[in-house]
Amino acid sequence: MRHTITVLVENEFGVLSRVAGLFSGRGFNIDSLSVAPTNEESISRMTIVTRGDEQILEQITKHLNKLIDVIKVIDFTDGSAIEREIALIKVTAEDADRAEVLRIVDIFRANVIDVTPKSYTIEATGSPSKIDAILELLRPLGLKELVRTGPVAIGRGPKGWKN
Amino acid sequence: MKLAGARILLECLKLEGVDTVFGYPGGTVINIYDELYSFPEIRHILPRHEQAAVHAADGFARASGKVGVAIATSGPGATNTVTGIATAYMDSIPLVVITGQVPTALIGNDAFQEVDIIGITRPCTKHNFLVKNVKELAGIVKKAFYIARTGRPGPVLIDLPKDVQVAVAEFKYPEKVDIRSYRPTVEGHSRQIEKAAAMLLAAKKPVIYVGGGVILGNAAEELRQLAETLHAPVTTTLMGLGSFPEDSPLSLGLLGMHGTYYANMAVTNCDLLVAVGARFDDRVTGKIPAFAPHAKIIHLDVDPTSIRKNVRVDLPIVGAVQDVLAKLLKILEAHRDGVEAFTSGVQPWLDEIDAWKEKHPLFYKESTQVIKPQAVIRKLRELCEPDAIIATDVGQHQMWTAQFFTFTKPRTLLTSGGLGTMGYGLPAAMGAQAAFPERQVIAICGDGGFQMNLQELATLVQSQLPVKICIMNNNYLGMVRQWQELFFDKRYSQTVLDLPIDFVKLAEAFGATGFTVKKPSEVEETIRQGLATPGPVIMEFKIAREEKVLPMVPAGASLNEMVLAS
Repeated sequence: MRHTITVLVENEFGVLSRVAGLFSGRGFNIDSLSVAPTNEESISRMTIVTRGDEQILEQITKHLNKLIDVIKVIDFTDGSAIEREIALIKVTAEDADRAEVLRIVDIFRANVIDVTPKSYTIEATGSPSKIDAILELLRPLGLKELVRTGPVAIGRGPKGWKN
Repeated sequence: MKLAGARILLECLKLEGVDTVFGYPGGTVINIYDELYSFPEIRHILPRHEQAAVHAADGFARASGKVGVAIATSGPGATNTVTGIATAYMDSIPLVVITGQVPTALIGNDAFQEVDIIGITRPCTKHNFLVKNVKELAGIVKKAFYIARTGRPGPVLIDLPKDVQVAVAEFKYPEKVDIRSYRPTVEGHSRQIEKAAAMLLAAKKPVIYVGGGVILGNAAEELRQLAETLHAPVTTTLMGLGSFPEDSPLSLGLLGMHGTYYANMAVTNCDLLVAVGARFDDRVTGKIPAFAPHAKIIHLDVDPTSIRKNVRVDLPIVGAVQDVLAKLLKILEAHRDGVEAFTSGVQPWLDEIDAWKEKHPLFYKESTQVIKPQAVIRKLRELCEPDAIIATDVGQHQMWTAQFFTFTKPRTLLTSGGLGTMGYGLPAAMGAQAAFPERQVIAICGDGGFQMNLQELATLVQSQLPVKICIMNNNYLGMVRQWQELFFDKRYSQTVLDLPIDFVKLAEAFGATGFTVKKPSEVEETIRQGLATPGPVIMEFKIAREEKVLPMVPAGASLNEMVLAS
C-alpha cells in the first residue's frame, strides 16, 4: 500500500543521508522524497512516499523515530492529508496539436511557462493523481521531458503538527 | 577562560568521569595527545591497532557498565575503528569514539589521511557528529555521552577536525542535556504491564526468554525475583548469559542454534513466552513459523523497533526493562492468591522440562586420549575465581563457553553476539582488565580469532594487564569446518590453519608466559599454573581437532529439529 509520511527533522548536516541511508540499508522503498526548511529555521520537513504492508510501515515509522535528528513522524493514512505536486512538462506541439495542448492545459488549470514554435513547457500543480491524468493525455502528443517534485503533504483541519 | 579544542575535549572527558581511554596517536590527533600530559587522572592505554582500541573500550564498557572511550586519528585510523564500532552497535554497547579529521578547509579535498568517517559510520553508530566549530564542542561531547548510555545504548562517534582542536573558545560544560528529538521511553505503560501480569498468571507453560537488555539495563535482580516468585523457567540468549544464575534449577541455559535441548523444547511447547530485552535474532528463532508456535508472546524492550521486527507479538511493552520488571513484581505482590495458584499450576510444566533435562542434558564424550574443549571449559570454571570475567572470540570455543561455563553473574561474559567479530576476545579482555585490575580476566579464543589481534600481547605486557588467554587450538577455523563437515561433504576449503605455531615462544617474544598442553591428564595442572602465574599468560590447549558444537539447529530449521551429541 502507498503511504505518505511526513518527517520533521533538525535542519542539520547529513540528516538527509541518515534518512535515505535508513531506507536503503533496511530495504525499504522510496517512491519520492522532497525536503525543504519550514517556518522554523531549525526544522526541515520531508515528505516521503513509500510502499509496504502494515508491518513494514510500522518498522519504517519506528526506525525514523529512532534517528536522533528526527523530531516527529506522521504517517498520513488515506484522506487525512492534502497532497500537492508540481510537474514541469515539455511537450511537442506543432500544427494542430498546439491547440490541443492548450485545451488540455486549460482543463487542468495548468500554465504554459515556455513556448517555442515546436514545443510548450507546462507547469501543472495538483494531487499526484491529477498529474498522472494530465500526463496520460499529453503523452500521445510527444513528451520530450518531465520533472516532478514528488508530493508534499499537510494534514487537513485546523491543527498544526505540534498539537 | 578560553581553551583550545583539544583541551576542551579532555576537560569534557574528565567531567564525564572518564578515567581510562584506549587510543592510537596520529597526525590529526596529535594536539589531543599533547594535552594528555595535563590530565594525569585519565589513563591512556596504547593498543597496537585501532580496532583493538575500540574492542578494548567495548570490553571496558561491558564489564563496568560505564561508557567506553576510544581515540583514533583520521583516515586509516578511523577506518580501523569501524569493525569495533559495528560490533558495539550490534550488541548495544555504549561507546564514545573520537576520530581526528583533516582541517575543515581541506574536508572533501582528498587530503592526506582524509576519509568521510561520518558517512562510513552512519549506519553502524547510534549517532555521529562532525564538529565544525570549537564553540559547539563541549555541547556535542555532552550529547554524545548522553546518547551513548541512554535508551538502547550504542556507540557514538565524534569527528574532530584538526583546526577545531587548535581553535580556542570559552569552556563551559553544559550541566543538562535536552534533545527535543531524542526522548527514549523509560517508563513502561502501566496498563500494558497489568495486562502482562494477567497473561502471566493465566499461563500454564511459561518461559522467560532473556537477552542482553537485562544486563545492559541492570535488571538481573528484578529478573531473578520474577522467576523465583513465579517458579518460571528462564532461558537466555548468548548476550543474556549471566543475567540469570545458570546453576538455578529454573535455568534452561542457552536457547537457539546451539542452545540446550530442553531450552529449545520448552520454547517450542510453551503457551506464554515473555521476551525481556531480547530481539528475536535468527540464531535464536530458527524457522520463524515454527518458533514458539503455541505461545502468546509478551515483549519488553527499550527499543520500539525491536518489537514486531521478526515475530508477531501479542503484548508489546516499551520501556527500560528494570522499570517494567519492578512494576510487574509490584503487581504480582498484590495478587498473592493468583501467584500461589500459578506456582502450583506450573509444576507439571516444570516436571515436563525436568524430563527433557534428564533425557538430553548437555553432553560430550569424555576422552583420556585427546583434550575435549568442553572439559577444559568446565575445569576452567572450577578453578577460576567466582567473579572472573570471561571474554571470548567467535566460533566453536565461544559456543562451548556459552554452553559449559555456567555463568551466574551479569557482566562476566564479554562476547560479540550480534556481529560475530573474530579477534574480539583478546582486546575486550584487555579493556575489562583495565576496568578491574584486581579481578581475574580470562580470554577464551580459538587459534583463528586469536591470530586476528595477537599484537595486543604487547599492550598487555606494556600496560601490566595480566589477562589469562586460553587458546583452544584445533588448527582449524572450527565453526566453518563444522558446517563444511555437515553441509559441504567434508570439503574443508581454506579452513585448515596448518602452520604449527609455537604459542609458548610467541608469548615469550612479547615478554608474557606461555604454556602448552596436549594430554587431557595435564589440563588441570596447566590451568592451575597458568592462572597462578603473574602477568599475561597464554595457555594453549591442543584440542580434539574435529570436535563439533552440539546440539545444533541447522540454519533455517525449526528449534525442535536439533542434531544432538551422541
